[in-house]
Amino acid sequence: MTSIYDDAGRNVACTVIEAGPCAITQVKRPETDGYYAIQLGFLDAKEKNTTKALKGHFAKAGATPKRKIVEFRDAELDKGLGDIVTAADVFEEGDLVDVVGTSKGKGFQGVVKRHGFGGVGDATHGQHNRLRAPGSIGAASYPAKVIKGMRMAGQTGNKRVKTQNLTILKIFPEKNLILVKGAVPGHKGAFVIIEK
Amino acid sequence: MDLINFVHEQLTEKKDFPTFRPGDRLDVTYKIMEGGKAIRSQTFRGDVLQINGTGATKTFTVRKVSNGVGVERVFPFNSPILEEIKLLKQGKVRRAKLYYLRDLVGKKARIKEKAHFKAK
Repeated sequence: MTSIYDDAGRNVACTVIEAGPCAITQVKRPETDGYYAIQLGFLDAKEKNTTKALKGHFAKAGATPKRKIVEFRDAELDKGLGDIVTAADVFEEGDLVDVVGTSKGKGFQGVVKRHGFGGVGDATHGQHNRLRAPGSIGAASYPAKVIKGMRMAGQTGNKRVKTQNLTILKIFPEKNLILVKGAVPGHKGAFVIIEK
Repeated sequence: MDLINFVHEQLTEKKDFPTFRPGDRLDVTYKIMEGGKAIRSQTFRGDVLQINGTGATKTFTVRKVSNGVGVERVFPFNSPILEEIKLLKQGKVRRAKLYYLRDLVGKKARIKEKAHFKAK
């Protein structure tokens, strides 16, 4: 993340994303696959780290081995198998996009961090060791169980998250960079999917 | 990181400001923006309290005492509202962050001046 200044001189927080070049590694059609989709591969992978099956898949498209493959269902694009897709082909300045990524892992966290519980709120009146405790998780002999979906402590982060409606502020076609307003899920250098 | 630097090379215009350090006294002239337009400019004179951050988000804080009330303003180095920075005095300080000045008033809040400095 970084920040730029808009025309009115305001400081706008934004994220720089390298969006391409991607190769079209497969085109799925209703006749053969039951639906229409375009599969994109991004970032060259080492040949020795690519399985034989995938090597054949990339060779079919005439592309080099790729690190990440993502399918975009019902994508509208005038390109065929093996073509290169750049950031400028798909995005325009001012577009609204959704960004999907894997959020930063926080480990096993309590309810205060994980669900925004308020905690006990009192340091005295007998609360010597339960400042961040969840409190009651249900009644007693009726229903005699903990209701499903009860918010409790557990693994936080490190799961798929989608951030919706981010504005594209700028595009740099020569380096396939796009500048998205606000934050996107995940750590620095992580892979994200941008949906339009 | 390289890509972020690339973005800022494309977007930020280079401004020629004098180099200064915490403890220096500055005249910062900046535009007052209203409704996306600059209506006039104003000068803020004070001592540099700290220089914070790196790269495109680097900022500096200027502190002055106005009518007995301490006033601090944070300016980003790359802000388009900055018009001019004048270096008036070079201070002799032994810290990078001069937060201790906030607790001092009157004669104690002065910063010793560096000898051999000539304002341009």
